Amino acid sequence: MRLLLSRSGYALYLLPLLFLGIFFLYPLLTIFDISLRPGGALDLSAFGRLVSSNYYIETLLFTSYQAALSTGLTLLLATPCAYVFARYRFVGKSLLLSLATLPFVLPTVVVALAFAALIGKNGLLNDLLRALFSLDYAPIQLERSLGIILIAHVFYNFAIALRIMAGYWASVGFTTEEAARCLGASGWSLWRDIRLPLIRPALLSAGMLVFIFCFTSFGVVLILGGIRFATLEVQIYYQAVNIFNLPLAAALSIVQILSMLALMLVYTRQQRNLQLRLASSATIARSPRSAAEKVAVGCCVALISLLLLSPLVALLARAVLVEGRIDLSNFAALAEKSRASLLFIAPLEAIVNSLRFASLAMLAALLLGIIAASLINRHGGLARWWDALFMLPLATSAVTLGFGFIVALDEPPLNLRASWLIIPISHTLVALPFVIRCVLPAMRAIPPSLGEAAQLLGAKPHQKLLTIDAPLLGRSIAVGAIFAFTVSMGEFGASLFVAQRESVTMPVVIYRLLGDPGFASYRGALAMSVLLMLVCAGGFIFIERLRVAGLGEF
Amino acid sequence: MKLRMLMIFILVVATLVAQAQAADTVVLVTHDSFAISESLLDSFEAQTGLAVEVLRAGDAGQMVNQAILSKNNPLGDVLYGVDNTFLSRALAGEIFAAYQSPALDTVAAQFLRDDFFVTPVDFGDVCLNYDIAWFEENELSLPQSLAELADEKYAGLLAVQNPATSSPGLAFLLATIANFGEADEGGYLDYWAALRANDVLVADGWTDAYYGEFTIGSRGAGTRPLVVSYASSPPAEVIYAEDPSAGAVTGALIEDGMCFRQVEYVGALQGSANQAGAQLLIDFMLSAEFQADMPLNMFVFPVVEGTELPAEFVEYAQVPAQPAFVAPADIEAKREAWIQAWAEAMLR
Repeated sequence: MRLLLSRSGYALYLLPLLFLGIFFLYPLLTIFDISLRPGGALDLSAFGRLVSSNYYIETLLFTSYQAALSTGLTLLLATPCAYVFARYRFVGKSLLLSLATLPFVLPTVVVALAFAALIGKNGLLNDLLRALFSLDYAPIQLERSLGIILIAHVFYNFAIALRIMAGYWASVGFTTEEAARCLGASGWSLWRDIRLPLIRPALLSAGMLVFIFCFTSFGVVLILGGIRFATLEVQIYYQAVNIFNLPLAAALSIVQILSMLALMLVYTRQQRNLQLRLASSATIARSPRSAAEKVAVGCCVALISLLLLSPLVALLARAVLVEGRIDLSNFAALAEKSRASLLFIAPLEAIVNSLRFASLAMLAALLLGIIAASLINRHGGLARWWDALFMLPLATSAVTLGFGFIVALDEPPLNLRASWLIIPISHTLVALPFVIRCVLPAMRAIPPSLGEAAQLLGAKPHQKLLTIDAPLLGRSIAVGAIFAFTVSMGEFGASLFVAQRESVTMPVVIYRLLGDPGFASYRGALAMSVLLMLVCAGGFIFIERLRVAGLGEF
Repeated sequence: MKLRMLMIFILVVATLVAQAQAADTVVLVTHDSFAISESLLDSFEAQTGLAVEVLRAGDAGQMVNQAILSKNNPLGDVLYGVDNTFLSRALAGEIFAAYQSPALDTVAAQFLRDDFFVTPVDFGDVCLNYDIAWFEENELSLPQSLAELADEKYAGLLAVQNPATSSPGLAFLLATIANFGEADEGGYLDYWAALRANDVLVADGWTDAYYGEFTIGSRGAGTRPLVVSYASSPPAEVIYAEDPSAGAVTGALIEDGMCFRQVEYVGALQGSANQAGAQLLIDFMLSAEFQADMPLNMFVFPVVEGTELPAEFVEYAQVPAQPAFVAPADIEAKREAWIQAWAEAMLR
């Protein structure tokens, strides 16, 4: 009986490991093998080239430096906002949270256009400042600078930090804080001694995700940063695609993966040392009372509006305004299949495809992610390694993994390279770490006594998971679901590899429209970007509703 | 619960196995920019009884690399879209089976090759595009050569793309190499230093440069009235204008040596399942109907002589008489060194 019980538990744990093994490790190791053993014998000279000049070392340093700066800046701005979002109830809160998540789905090239419209030399802000102070030059000159890379990284990642921390904060509650306040804690000491230590697991969790995202940043650095800046990811792409130096690309990929692995191991050690166990209680957000609380809410709303919403509004304005009047003809044009070209599909079809992939990827990522999180949550010696392992897809260059798919998944039973299934599968790989990072801190906050009691009463592991853990984890799971959905909606790398009609997603349509000259193409792409945001926002609302219906909270 | 999951897993695997490919299908591997009228493929399918399956493999570079990586188990039967900047790599990778299409005798002589591993299908010229109204308003004459671009009067007007990541960016770099050579003094690097002194703007890719920086593409948000694009962009700008009857807003500079010609080729993939189908598809790509369909779908020019061009192309597109030339073998051999030297010259 006992044996059976542990066996069924392990069988469940095998699922995410199998998934990762087949769809990530196997293709990755295959492409590394081909790259580093070109003539059959192992050739590691590419690693020698990495250290032979300062160039690659400097690239690694710059990659880490900009990622650390971006992460620090994101956390600095998101932490107070997370507190406000967890603590207070105010008009438009959930709408604001949804809007703040939208940047995540926008293709970089669209964001670059939005930034140009807003803070470019002839952008809105510069026009305004020029008019206000009658200047004859553009006061804001951020184009192709480190500054705009950082701004874009905060723009993209703010919602990750905000949602993860706010979700965690709401689930650990404010009882400790109330007690500390009664004992006279206030101001800075409240942040330093109570709040930050309390949310440290979520802070580190969010920080880790944001750091990995910025570390592997590609489009932002290339398009907004210009030629002066290059991350490892940019170098990997350049070496693998343009130069076709696979050994060097593999060596760079391995350096990137090992850097992330080392960081993950340090991080998981940190996390494990936190012995914070707090019973989850349904925290009800309340209205801000004092003037200071209202100011805090106001500042938070203002910050999000300025930083995240203004580029979105600039984009919207560009999409609907023509010479100062509202013109929706580009949206109308999207409704019909305007070009008789093969694979140019009506946007409605693209929306359906995007939603289908996003739902599939989200469900798979939730299922596998929750199981993986409970595997990591077990206090086995291997748990740290599992945790690090599941994060690796985020740290792996897309082009490396793409080549891996081509060479490894080419024969039955896994002849996937030309199948649409590769799209939800690759989306799931990227979404998994999000679900894990969202769920794990909350899972750790569940006192083990609850599980032990259940086990004593004869509950099997999956019963414990479903009846005890899942309801307590509701909020974190919803956050994970939203990110999994968003990752899939915004991702287009894999969708470009497969050509059946059913694989054309919304970002692919945007990308193709922006490949042709002409005002109609440009406005069509902007209209599609606005639609993409609307569909995502709809998805968020739906997911949030599901959670409320399922758990009866709020 | 566990059983259900196992069943789902088995179901997924079973679907994948069942994906075995039908024999009367020909798989066309191509790049992201491939587009053709749907009716055209239908007529091919009707003529030959072969279904065409299109497989996209990223940009031209990614596509060739994937074809080389998978040459023992080819991705498809036909590969279309390898251009002269990646041709040497593809040929060295030995991915193609030789095929001499009977339709080759209709192709213009300048595109014909000695070997028959690849067949030319179309070409496009990477040229500078300019904002017609801007140059009129500012009463500035258009540059008649690349050398003239370095003149002070064109300071701050030009946007180009990064040759390390962008195909037109590389083409323009190649044009400068063909024009100025590689000499230490007066060579292409000196020219780029002069462009840099003249405040050239380097964007990442075509989209970023055209829609972000070009005065026309960006509708005033950008500041550059000169951008590296294609000779076929002016007709596209008209076709996709809000009001196509308003006429041309951009033009291409096509003086001798100012453009770089990209020729796209098709080839049958060595060792693929359907060689006969592959050859039929290659012949079809040189057919009059296919050649005539390409311009409006991909904004490229047909290689078959006497193909009728769409009205917009006749009116707004120009074909340079003497584009700059760099041999494909040199491009593959020196690509990395050229790009690296360029980057150092632009960053130093």
